[in-house]
Amino acid sequence: MTGLLLAVLALGVHAEPLKLWHAYRGGEEASLEKSVALFERESGLKVELLALPYDAFGSKLQAAIPHGAGPDVFIFNHERVRQFARMGIVAAVDERLKREEYFPNTLSALEVDGKTYGFPMSLKCLALYANTALVPKAPKDTAELRALLSKLSSASENRFGLAYESGDFYFHAPFLFGFGGELFDAAGRAVFDTAAMAKSLAFVLGLQQERRIPSEASGALVKALFNEGRAAMVISGPWFAGEIAPSVRYAVHPFPKVSESGLPMRPFLGVEAALVSAKSERPEQAAKLARVLSLGEAAVLRATLGGQVPANVSAYDDARVKKDPLVGAFKAAAATATPMPNTLEMARVWEPMKLALRGVLQGGVSPEKAGALADRRYRALYREKPSAASPWPYAVLLLAGLAFGLYRVFGGPKPAGSFWRRHPEAGRAYAYVAPAAAGILVLVLLPFAFGMGISLYHHEGGVYTFVGLANFVDILASRGYRLAEPLSFYFTLAVTLLWAFSNVALHVLIGLSLALLLKDPLLRMKGFYRVLLIIPWAIPNYITALIWRGMFHRQFGAINGLLQALGLEPVSWFTRFSTAFAANLATNTWLGFPFMMVVSLGALQSIPGELYEAAEVDGASSWQQFRRITLPLLKPALLPAVILGSVWTFNMFNIIYLVSGGEPGGATDILVSEAYRWAFQRNEQYGFAAAYSVLIFATLLAWSALTKRASAGAEEALR
Amino acid sequence: MALALVCAATLYPVLWVVKLALSPSESLSLSANPFPQEVTFRHFAAVLGASDSAGRWLFGRNLLASLTVSAATTIIGLALAVTAAYALSRFRFPGREAGLQTLLISQMFPATLMLIPIYAILQRLHLLNSLGGLALVYSTTSLPFCVWMLKGYFDTIPRDLEEAAVMDGAAPWQAFVLIVLPLAKPALAVTALFSFMTAWNEFILAATLLNDASLFTLPVALQRLVGEYRVEWGKFAAGAILVSVPVMGLFFALQKHLVGGLTAGGVKG
Repeated sequence: MTGLLLAVLALGVHAEPLKLWHAYRGGEEASLEKSVALFERESGLKVELLALPYDAFGSKLQAAIPHGAGPDVFIFNHERVRQFARMGIVAAVDERLKREEYFPNTLSALEVDGKTYGFPMSLKCLALYANTALVPKAPKDTAELRALLSKLSSASENRFGLAYESGDFYFHAPFLFGFGGELFDAAGRAVFDTAAMAKSLAFVLGLQQERRIPSEASGALVKALFNEGRAAMVISGPWFAGEIAPSVRYAVHPFPKVSESGLPMRPFLGVEAALVSAKSERPEQAAKLARVLSLGEAAVLRATLGGQVPANVSAYDDARVKKDPLVGAFKAAAATATPMPNTLEMARVWEPMKLALRGVLQGGVSPEKAGALADRRYRALYREKPSAASPWPYAVLLLAGLAFGLYRVFGGPKPAGSFWRRHPEAGRAYAYVAPAAAGILVLVLLPFAFGMGISLYHHEGGVYTFVGLANFVDILASRGYRLAEPLSFYFTLAVTLLWAFSNVALHVLIGLSLALLLKDPLLRMKGFYRVLLIIPWAIPNYITALIWRGMFHRQFGAINGLLQALGLEPVSWFTRFSTAFAANLATNTWLGFPFMMVVSLGALQSIPGELYEAAEVDGASSWQQFRRITLPLLKPALLPAVILGSVWTFNMFNIIYLVSGGEPGGATDILVSEAYRWAFQRNEQYGFAAAYSVLIFATLLAWSALTKRASAGAEEALR
Repeated sequence: MALALVCAATLYPVLWVVKLALSPSESLSLSANPFPQEVTFRHFAAVLGASDSAGRWLFGRNLLASLTVSAATTIIGLALAVTAAYALSRFRFPGREAGLQTLLISQMFPATLMLIPIYAILQRLHLLNSLGGLALVYSTTSLPFCVWMLKGYFDTIPRDLEEAAVMDGAAPWQAFVLIVLPLAKPALAVTALFSFMTAWNEFILAATLLNDASLFTLPVALQRLVGEYRVEWGKFAAGAILVSVPVMGLFFALQKHLVGGLTAGGVKG
């Protein structure tokens, strides 16, 4: 009987499909789907695929797996393997892995402390694409490259010898390594201030100044230039092949050598792997799925259908893979690539390097000084763990506070009569309020209290240490950076206040003016205008943000298109604080004025017409009418809207994050987006981010108290 | 004149998106002209007709999920907000002031950083990966604004009406449901619209809390088009239009109420 029950249970477990999460799209997704179907047919197991938005993938894994809600297998690049291993999210698979089946450097990319986490699926690295009509033979070294470039480039015709996303360190790395640069010292700490760094930056800056490469190139520009034959060569990865127009004949070459050092330019090597969740309930089957996905027919499908470069050695024996020139070329390029370390140090390098690169290529920083700039940012982001503190003083303080609060509410002399007698309406009121209060308590106040608590901890690799107020001290003392630097709390606070103030001022100004215009009794088609003008409000704000980001695009944006149509120079919007801030401001003004317009319209309607008639009789000018009647009577309606509007703007994360992304160098970040970066982009420093949030909250609290007092004072004065 | 100019500025980005959605290319192109030179419905067809490996119609499922969550959010949110706002407007009781303050203050919490605690709490409540759990989170996050607005509107409705009804033998809750609620229609419409919008437009929580492709809402599906290496602008624009149109429709249907409902709430807020 029991045996039967167990058998049924086991069957029940079997019926549940294995979960596989990924962020693939297009051909990569199609090849994965086919491989999974093959696996299902062979093993008899069911697999459920979940395709996720790339941006949400990492944080979702970190939330879901520890809570037992995650996948059995997931596909991720190797950069975060160490972090995942430390958090106990991925399982080591050494026992099931046959090492000889993969390229050795793909295995070492997945190693953490002597264990291998995951089955390598494909390689990603950069190589040199060349338009064969313009570049029949690949350059051997940078001397040849330079000669070729000067022949192929023409500033007047807007043609370039080479195009790549020069502001991104991933694309600059081949130059750095080619000049003999090392990114990490013997102790594993990142080093930036080196001669090779300066030389590589000077080399690229030279190319840009001679107009051999386009400045501020984005992926979209690179693609357009190459497809139009205006860029003879492009540095990009395997994914670029799918973007090339069918009419363009091209070949993929390994990088040339740097003539000065004699070393080859070496790109970063990234490895995509099938990782097995450490919390999978069926580790055997999960590992089987991951292994099958990395080998054999799945690897061949990945090469032929997905345009990926398999990490499986024997995949290249297959005739279909052999005759694919793209896969072969990238396999050759990957052989000399530098495996990207999977350390936390590596994750910390991107932001400082982006700052240095953009500083040199767009901001006038000299190549010799850029290394020091990056180094300083790196050290500011790398916060030493504060020393652990004892939680007892805080616990005692908290209890004392609670006791005092309770005394204030329930203590003191008891008034006569029972509570319900004194407050006859309280019973009914509580019954009405209870559902909403319960909801807010559980899903708003509790998470907030939780966040407050976290602000007293330091978080690193899944381990929380109690550090008391150390996070707050670091933030308020601006430790590691100057007060007037974009990373400093005070700088960000000033930007945030400027942001909130200028937005609300513009919203009210535009909204109120429009409302006054729409109130004009002589205006025809009033309803039409009103409908038209609230459109921005109806569009989800992340869509608005992405659209405006596209409109402010340096080369393809509508705004620069307009400027050019008017005969003006196009503006590079995100390289200077003023223009980047203006871009954010324009976006948020566009989406925010309708709310104020509607509020003002309603408020204007509620002002009795007789007042104006009386004023008319008394001979008041229209300005006097506005000043003496409209404004004072509008105030009570507008003030709450202004307070609420400023709170919303203060925390308007989507616009800042999606439009300027904090560019240049984090200068346009506001407090919320800065907190988000500490939490999700700088090695999950949740405690530090929570401390930021508490400070945001305190600032807003102070601000609303201030406005309340100010408005109360103003009302007193009016009486 | 000024009005026409502002209207043009308002419309320009919208036209630009329509152009992106209708142009055959998948990328941006430099041109100030907001009208497409060549019209194709390829991107709309691709977004509307996408299906997964098992041949299930993705857009239909996403739409259904979005509608379910938004409708549930509206109903839950409205039910919670109406009762709470009425109590705050009509009754005097200990905790009233504190409650009102809490509502305003709760708008000051940075929402992005509540993600992790909310995840843990929903897991305890066994509400992860369910549209119900998502609707519950949405309705509580939009609750403070809804209560605040409704309370302001209730304040403008004279008490005499209810008192007369109670005199005539109606129970207090009957006076609330039969007298006050019908009078508060504009505010109810606006509140419903906001609750609906909160749920319809949100994607960070949705992408984090849902683990099942059949439960994904439209914004999550849309977010997939903005990838690591490239943005599929044509499809994104088409999707953006499809996501925005229902909310725009609601706005236009309710715009008469919008002016009245929103402001009365503001006046006494």
